[in-house]
Amino acid sequence: MKTELLGVIASFLITLAIAIPLGKYIAKVFKKEKNLLDFMGPLERFIFRICGIDTTREMNWKQHVGALLSLNLLWFVYAFVMFLIQGSLFLNPDGNPSMSPHLSFNTAVSFLVNCNLQDYSGETGVTYLTQLVVLMFLHFMSAATGIAALVVVFKAMQDKVTDKLGNFFEYFVKSITRILLPISLLIAILLVFHGTPASFDGKDMVITMQGDTSHVSRGPAAGMIAIKHLGTNGGGWFGANSAHPLENPDYFTNMVEIIAQCIIPFALVFALGYYLNRKRMGLVIFSVMTLGMLCFLLPTMHAEMKGNPAIAHMGIDQSSGSMEGKEQRFGAPATAYWSILTTVISTGSVNSMHDSSMPVSGAMQMLGMMTNCFYGGNGVGILNYYIFIIIAVFISGLMVGRTPELLGRKIEAKEMKIATLIALLHPLLILSFTALSSWVITKNPTLPWLNNTGYHGFSEMLYQYTSCSANNGSGFEGLGDNTPFWNITAGFVMILGRFLPIIGPLAIAGILAKKKFIPESAGTLRTDTGTFGIMTFAVIMILAALAFFPALTLGPLAEYFSFH
Amino acid sequence: MASVRKQAKSMKLFDQSLVSTALKHSFTKLNPKLMVKNPVMFTVEIGTAVMLIVCAWILTGEHSQGSFAYNFIIFLVLLLTLLFANFAEAIAEARGKAQAESLRKTREETPAKLVQPLGELRTDEIKVVSSSQLKKGDIFVCETGDTIPLDGEIVEGIATIDESAITGESAPVIREAGGDKSSVTGGTKVLSDKIKVKVTVQPGESFLDKMIALVEGASRQKTPNEIALTILLAAFTLVFIIVCVTLKPFADYSKTPITIAAFISLFVCLIPTTIGGLLSAIGIAGMDRALRANVITKSGKAVETAGDVDVLLLDKTGTITIGNRKATHFYPVNGVDAEKFMADCVLSSLSDETPEGKSIVELAKSLGGKTQPTDALLKDARFVKFTAETRSSGIDLSSGIRIRKGAFDSIKKIALDAGNSFPAETETKIREISSNGGTPLVVSENEKVIGVIELQDIIKPGISERFERLRKMGVKTVMVTGDNPLTAKYIAEKAGVDDFIAEAKPEDKMNYIKKEQQSGKLVAMMGDGTNDAPALAQADVGVAMNSGTQAAKEAGNMVDLDNDPTKLIEIVEIGKQLLITRGTLTTFSIANDVAKYFAIVPALFISSIPVLQGLNIMHLHSPESAILSAVIFNAIIIPVLIPLALRGVEYKPIGASALLRRNLMIYGLGGILIPFLGIKLIDLAAGIFF
Repeated sequence: MKTELLGVIASFLITLAIAIPLGKYIAKVFKKEKNLLDFMGPLERFIFRICGIDTTREMNWKQHVGALLSLNLLWFVYAFVMFLIQGSLFLNPDGNPSMSPHLSFNTAVSFLVNCNLQDYSGETGVTYLTQLVVLMFLHFMSAATGIAALVVVFKAMQDKVTDKLGNFFEYFVKSITRILLPISLLIAILLVFHGTPASFDGKDMVITMQGDTSHVSRGPAAGMIAIKHLGTNGGGWFGANSAHPLENPDYFTNMVEIIAQCIIPFALVFALGYYLNRKRMGLVIFSVMTLGMLCFLLPTMHAEMKGNPAIAHMGIDQSSGSMEGKEQRFGAPATAYWSILTTVISTGSVNSMHDSSMPVSGAMQMLGMMTNCFYGGNGVGILNYYIFIIIAVFISGLMVGRTPELLGRKIEAKEMKIATLIALLHPLLILSFTALSSWVITKNPTLPWLNNTGYHGFSEMLYQYTSCSANNGSGFEGLGDNTPFWNITAGFVMILGRFLPIIGPLAIAGILAKKKFIPESAGTLRTDTGTFGIMTFAVIMILAALAFFPALTLGPLAEYFSFH
Repeated sequence: MASVRKQAKSMKLFDQSLVSTALKHSFTKLNPKLMVKNPVMFTVEIGTAVMLIVCAWILTGEHSQGSFAYNFIIFLVLLLTLLFANFAEAIAEARGKAQAESLRKTREETPAKLVQPLGELRTDEIKVVSSSQLKKGDIFVCETGDTIPLDGEIVEGIATIDESAITGESAPVIREAGGDKSSVTGGTKVLSDKIKVKVTVQPGESFLDKMIALVEGASRQKTPNEIALTILLAAFTLVFIIVCVTLKPFADYSKTPITIAAFISLFVCLIPTTIGGLLSAIGIAGMDRALRANVITKSGKAVETAGDVDVLLLDKTGTITIGNRKATHFYPVNGVDAEKFMADCVLSSLSDETPEGKSIVELAKSLGGKTQPTDALLKDARFVKFTAETRSSGIDLSSGIRIRKGAFDSIKKIALDAGNSFPAETETKIREISSNGGTPLVVSENEKVIGVIELQDIIKPGISERFERLRKMGVKTVMVTGDNPLTAKYIAEKAGVDDFIAEAKPEDKMNYIKKEQQSGKLVAMMGDGTNDAPALAQADVGVAMNSGTQAAKEAGNMVDLDNDPTKLIEIVEIGKQLLITRGTLTTFSIANDVAKYFAIVPALFISSIPVLQGLNIMHLHSPESAILSAVIFNAIIIPVLIPLALRGVEYKPIGASALLRRNLMIYGLGGILIPFLGIKLIDLAAGIFF
């Protein structure tokens, strides 16, 4: 157990050790300072030239939103069509069929928005072609979209009064060429050496020790698994995701993958500090995020390592923790760590079945997605956190007797309106759609949706919409979600849960950047102090608790109390 | 003095007569048309109406909703919540109105001696009319003993006026036609002489009338900050609408019936009713506090802006220093007898009516010098008045002696023109005096320099502590003075101001304000003269003195009835207090929800999911008593906090982060813990019945 705990601590520390210099590097890239990968310059200029992009043309926030949405719309159409016709295209050695329209809609949306809810199974639902040129392609695109949007906000947070916030396409391309592509290449190589397949051959055949013949799916998986983590996407090659022995062969790859999914979210927080020359602010935000993550991690670790009291009651040894739905090669602590990190960060890849987690862990995983800003997904995590900063600045500004201001800009009615709408959106989507599905299942109890009845069944539905709205993509896999109802409703929740929380912060930052800059004085409430950090933390936690407490009571909490 | 006055003016928080009017208004304010302006309380009103319907439904024989008594009590408690919130607003209004009314009473229906217009010409025929019949532009006469009927500007004459009715200051003041002190206020009394006054405001449009209208809510507009806060509160209300509406299908899934009373109780407890109920009371109380400090504000926004001020422009004279410069030393030139020098100084100042001139005579008197020269000496003497051109004044005696005193360069010119040298020791002395913040006054006799008088500014006691307090609040103080930079610097350092504008011309103030505003700062200033008007209008917070000209009063957004230049400091604190009270009560209100959840949520489900007893950490007696306790606590906390809302949360200049920490501990942490205690206590009582 002790060694397993050390493994968890080491994972976190290594992530941190990589993230700090990476953050510095990312800040350099977007500040156009000299950096390590300047040799990519010609390639980028070539891309800009053939695409007719003039990077000197700076955009205001509305033009950024326009560029972002039109790019995404294009890919949506592309992905949707590809899934519909994949069965008749090449690179399909296993002869997998095309998707139904509603599954195609769901899958296209889910990969477009960095959610990667997989209502299909990788082995049978998609072809090598769509895995590579649609799914893996979207892994890069959606991660870069998030990073580029964040860089716009960085730019707007500077002291200069302007509505020129740089060129979206430049941020976007550089996110790929300077960050995502090189790092995922390194990760893919590490994975290949540990047994992750990277082959275009179809299913392999093995004869098991019992003498049965078994067909094992494989394919050019390593690259996709690398970017699925680095890009906080989570959509894996195989149906079982990173619990699959080929997707995540051993403890080492497990560590590589968990580190890979955290480095960019961590690094972007430090990048904020370096970019704005407010290192202290980056540090305070990182500390608050870490505090939030620990609030979810510690109860989960405790619950998972203690084991299941109901099974212990049957006289079965639980000394190695609750192992239902977990992989022996990872063990309980590393699995608990993964399950929390993958939910606070919007990756949503799993190395265990969350459906089998202890009730407390289930609640914590959901809370990780309900807050959705402790690190959060690439770029979007900080954008979500930014909304809470606005609200925290407003309340605490009042508490010290000064019209609230953030980094020299006054927060007024318009910004508050946007911030509160975005903060409202997440509970609105989760609760109203869970209510809808609860209503449907109550009226039609015979629907084959839920693997479990009662509290756990409710948790499955709540988890699903939470995961969609948070663009996480993990699931309580007990839910039979490949039906028109779930595919379509989840698709809409994912779209709204993705784009509005990006547009909102961009709008606020853009409006603020145009406002008069007020230099700091002794009366200014500093936003880079521990006190303000605690204030933000309290706002995030209390908002989440207030919105979701009744729902969590009927799901995991009721389940927890019935266990004890 | 100031504190004595304030004590006399401050009334009890809940005056008997005010409470009864406020109680009456609590009911009239239930009108949904009025309630809809406050989204939080409006939803409570809807909830109350629904509960009334539920009660009626039960009377017709419905059994699914629990007992009638229980439902009816919930209805009553919700109604009380509304009434409490209305009462908070009504009492704040009543207090503000009473304060304003007491000022207004003095001038209502005062007889006015109207000068009758006769065609284009005005005759001296006077008709006594009621003050309410006066119109803007009318001219009235006031003589000794008359009460001035309406605000106006003196067009003719000079008078001493007792303004104590408005300012509380008993010393009479002089007001005269022309210049910066020509404005008179209705309700004040003429003590001597006779003046003709032109009415400058329409009846019902004086500042006081505007103020009263603001407090009464007729013309009260929400300030930008209040709007932003209302948005936040509306958002919280929306979240809880979502939570409560979706709870219905959730409960159906879990096969848990929830009564309408429980739904509405949960909702009302969760939405921020505490701050929602107190919000407008806080705003009114802020203006009321300003009025109590004898400051009339033209809008609630001005008070709020005052809390944000970064730069404060203060006139040196009267604000930082006491009145005017005083003579402190006589320095005769070597070889001139000290006694004789002093006598010459006195002679030259005898008819000098300026405060400096008087202070020279006073100083000589205190040093035992001769201050009463013989009549023989003064026979046929000719006094030379100060002019801007000569920049000196003095006396020509019949004996042929010419004494002059004046600024260094003007006397130097007189001496040099007459072919006399300017003594080097005098120049040294002059520099020494200047660098000590003093003003040298050179004296010459028959065009020969005989010595220097030192004039010094006396810095008000305690003023540097006030500047220190402002500095801690993050407000930069700037002294404006006509002095030379050397003197200005000395006084600035001694008084502890952060910056100064020396040799200031009226447009310098304006330019300084613009410069600061361009860098994003908010500037406050105080002024009285007509030439201050543009700067007052430019400043974010412009406080005009009541004694100032009409133009100045029109330009500013506040009027200080006391004519006290340090009042700005109080105004800044009132503004900050206003925001802090809103912020802390919002935090408190939202933090309360944690405990209310732990009371109500287990109560909702416990009958069908008994294991949830584990969530009932307060061990409340029964689901009914738990819900009742939460709703009762929610209602009671409003009147409990009314005194705090009216008085305002104290502002402490301890730095923004420290203040945030302090208020978070008290109102954030306190807001989480107190309701646990409160609900448990109420449950102990409610548990007896339910």
